[in-house]
Amino acid sequence: MTTTTLAVLVPLLPFLGAAAGLLLGRTAPGLVRPLAVLPTLAALVAAALVAVRQGGGQAIEAHTELTPTGSVPIDLALDIDGFAALVAVLVAFVATCVQIYSTGYLRDDPRYPSYAALVSLFTSAMLLVVYSGDLIVLLVGWEVMGICSYFLVGHYWETPEARAASLKAFVVTKLGDVPFLIGLFALGTDAGSFSIPRVLDAVANGGIDHPTVIALLLLAGVAGKSAQFPLHTWLPDAMAGPTPVSALIHAATMVAAGVYFVARLLPLFEASRAAMVVLAVMAAVTMTGSGLAALAQDDIKRVLAYSTIGQLGYMTGALAVGDRGAAVFHLLSHGAFKALLFLAAGVIIHAAGTNSLAAMSRMGHLRERVPDAYWTMTVALLALAAIPPFSGFFSKESVLGAAEHVATGHTAQAPGAAGWLVLVAGLVTALLTAAYATRLWLLAFRGRGAEAPDHGRQPLTMTVVLWVLAVPSLAFGGLTYRSLPGWLDGRDLTPTLFTSILGTGLAVVGGLLTYGAWQRTTALAARVPLGAVAAHPEGDAGLVEAEAIASHKPAYGDIAQAPDPADPGRLLLGPLHRHAATGFHLDAVYSALFVRPVQAGASLVRFLDREVVDTYVRGAAALPRLLGAAVRRAQTGNVQTYVSALLAGTVVLAVAVLLVATGA
Amino acid sequence: MHLAYPAVLSALLFCTGLYGVLARRNAILVLMSVELMLNAVNLNLVAFDVWLSRAAQETLHSGQALTLFTIAIAAAEIGIGLAIVLAVYRNRGTSDIDRLRDTAEGHGDDTDPGTDTPAAEKAEATA
Amino acid sequence: MSLAAAQHGFLSPTGVEIAFLLVGLVTLGAALVTVTTRQLVHAALWLVVALGGLAVEYLLLTAEFIAWVQVLIYVGSVVVLLLFGLMLTRAPIGRSPDADSGNRWAALTVAVAAAAALVWVVVDAFRSTWIDLDGPAAGTTRVTGQSLFQNWVLPFEALSVLLLAALVGAIVLSRKAAAADPPPGAAPAAGTPGEKEGAR
Repeated sequence: MTTTTLAVLVPLLPFLGAAAGLLLGRTAPGLVRPLAVLPTLAALVAAALVAVRQGGGQAIEAHTELTPTGSVPIDLALDIDGFAALVAVLVAFVATCVQIYSTGYLRDDPRYPSYAALVSLFTSAMLLVVYSGDLIVLLVGWEVMGICSYFLVGHYWETPEARAASLKAFVVTKLGDVPFLIGLFALGTDAGSFSIPRVLDAVANGGIDHPTVIALLLLAGVAGKSAQFPLHTWLPDAMAGPTPVSALIHAATMVAAGVYFVARLLPLFEASRAAMVVLAVMAAVTMTGSGLAALAQDDIKRVLAYSTIGQLGYMTGALAVGDRGAAVFHLLSHGAFKALLFLAAGVIIHAAGTNSLAAMSRMGHLRERVPDAYWTMTVALLALAAIPPFSGFFSKESVLGAAEHVATGHTAQAPGAAGWLVLVAGLVTALLTAAYATRLWLLAFRGRGAEAPDHGRQPLTMTVVLWVLAVPSLAFGGLTYRSLPGWLDGRDLTPTLFTSILGTGLAVVGGLLTYGAWQRTTALAARVPLGAVAAHPEGDAGLVEAEAIASHKPAYGDIAQAPDPADPGRLLLGPLHRHAATGFHLDAVYSALFVRPVQAGASLVRFLDREVVDTYVRGAAALPRLLGAAVRRAQTGNVQTYVSALLAGTVVLAVAVLLVATGA
Repeated sequence: MHLAYPAVLSALLFCTGLYGVLARRNAILVLMSVELMLNAVNLNLVAFDVWLSRAAQETLHSGQALTLFTIAIAAAEIGIGLAIVLAVYRNRGTSDIDRLRDTAEGHGDDTDPGTDTPAAEKAEATA
Repeated sequence: MSLAAAQHGFLSPTGVEIAFLLVGLVTLGAALVTVTTRQLVHAALWLVVALGGLAVEYLLLTAEFIAWVQVLIYVGSVVVLLLFGLMLTRAPIGRSPDADSGNRWAALTVAVAAAAALVWVVVDAFRSTWIDLDGPAAGTTRVTGQSLFQNWVLPFEALSVLLLAALVGAIVLSRKAAAADPPPGAAPAAGTPGEKEGAR
């Protein structure tokens, strides 16, 4: 089988699986699980084969004309270089793990067939984005991912949090997608083609007339999709969806699509220094803000969500300093350990019956209940905190190294200011990352108190996947940092000594600070009881999670934080804690700036329609009604009246006839 | 005799009867007025018949024959009419034409006093 | 004929015309009282006067048979029927304040307008027409009988059938009214066929 055919199969197989799942879900329930797992697994195998055959050398290209457009042509095109090959393997790998995990997680869910089909459809769309060689086809995959995200985040639509979150995710990403679309059209017009190789050629030849405008427009879409400031507000709320969805969409794949897009078209962004600076500022603000916010969250998944935002900030920071190899390296390793973190969090939520860290810190022996989740989560958190030799260390160090390279003026790709911004923010974030990772680990696994309710053994499908993902979280970075440059841009990805020591040192400092704060506050936990726990011994993990999400606000008064004095985050953040917990009030700002005026406008329109337009309508009816009432008064029922009228008319007619006949 | 005399008298009698039909409240007075109208017609027929039986070749004496028929039909009509008025009186307790307003707008809300018998309700239902 | 015609003139009415005029005034007056009086029984009695006056008019017009038939049937039976009707419907004796309905002004207008129109048309049409009353009477019994039973036999028989139908109908109507007092259970059964016939 030719490589091109394999490459076509990679996005095609999950799509067919999705279609079959949607059609046959009701009629053949026994087929649903195989249809969910097998096409994705086959796509993984095909993607791996394509990657092997591509080997980091010549890009695999193929295209056919989709339809004659009359101006700029749109082709169904494949353009697989090293970046695309590796990212596709990551996507397929994580998607397979998530599908297998979901069979256990949503074991008893009546909507599982549509869920699995939507996950397959989503996978197919992401693979289309990765492999596509035409910008419009990429856009198609981009938008399909958006709508699948809406459906999947809203999976527990009985809970109002899920309904609100799915709409918010959709609307905020669409807000970024409109400038993205305009930017794509502008790019196509300037370059004369939507084909990615041709666009990159046009950039190289200086054929793009407005690189800054185009780059900024495209960045808007990237900010929305990859949850960067200021369009990141949807991601923490999207944790109201099932955990496997969070693992696939909001950790490893969809949010990585923006980063991947910039990485593919980096020469275009580099052509505009303004865009690079904007990107760097965006990355820096995102990194530090999300790190602070993650320290204040009570919901374990929200901590991970803010963590994702921050790690994506690292990737966009790497792009801002012009090193896409580092960005994609971090994307690959982050995809593995973040997916693992989410899936393990799902297991913990199921076992504990709650998603609240405050409640978990008052539970004893949680780690004995879920030893697989305990060990794998520990591995993943160490990777997140970038402690050597875990993979996160190598990938983060590549980013910091690239930033230092630019900051010290060794390159002409990006302005030095961008480099300094990214470096400093990256180092601060390293400290913050280690802090919140340690906080999460301590609160979840070192709680003391009553026993957690027994939810039975975790299904095998869930625990096996955790171990499978732990392998790349542990070893990927160390094993591949030497060979990856051959696949990517060719720039060296070895960690530099200076940044390594600095980064790791800061991480250790952050961890120790948190540990110290925890020591001080943990005694308070026993004195202040807190928390609500769902107990469904027979229910599957999805049911427990839905209930945990729905009960967070009633139990603590807020979806994000809990009034827990034993939280080391409170001690560490001090007066910032209140603001950090709400994501620095960005949601309130958006509500005041956009939501309320639109609602006011809507109620004005409703008022006008009801009072002004309807008045005319009712008025139009009033006249006939009046006339009818007037006419009805002639119906007296009195025969004499009727006959009088009749005869009067007759007399008049007779006189008239007479007058006419006599010629008067 | 000038033909105008009986013709004018007939017209005036007719209109007097017309006034009575339209203005009187009691059904029997209305019947009386109808008799007046018929008689006016009869006078007209007789006058013209007498004129034509001299002035024209003819005649079948159609005017007088029709007058006889009209008288007979008037008698039949008054018999039936009075029977109906009596039936109405028995059902409604009144022979006022003003009270017989079944075709009026919103008649379903009307309740006539003294019509609580089931026969009266039956009559109202079929009216 | 031409001699008689030469004598005609508007300003020299013959005796017959004068008599006709006077009796006509009486008749018209009686009719007016009939339709305006407040006393119902008086109305019936004044109707007798009007009908009698008309009988005299018929005599003046030499229609003897009709005059006698008028007296027999109209004055004899119709008015009697009307009086019976007044009695059976418990018409008030003496003045009844609501003998005229609220429609009377409209009725007056219509009647006056109709009268004006009719009189004007009639006078205009028959300005120069005279009835010849000399010679044999035009309405003797012999003449009328001959004409009736030679030329009008069929309508005559039809008329008798009509009278029979009227008789039967009146009996049925009255009989249904008499059987209206039995218990309500039997009333719907007896009432439904009767009402259908009554509505005919």
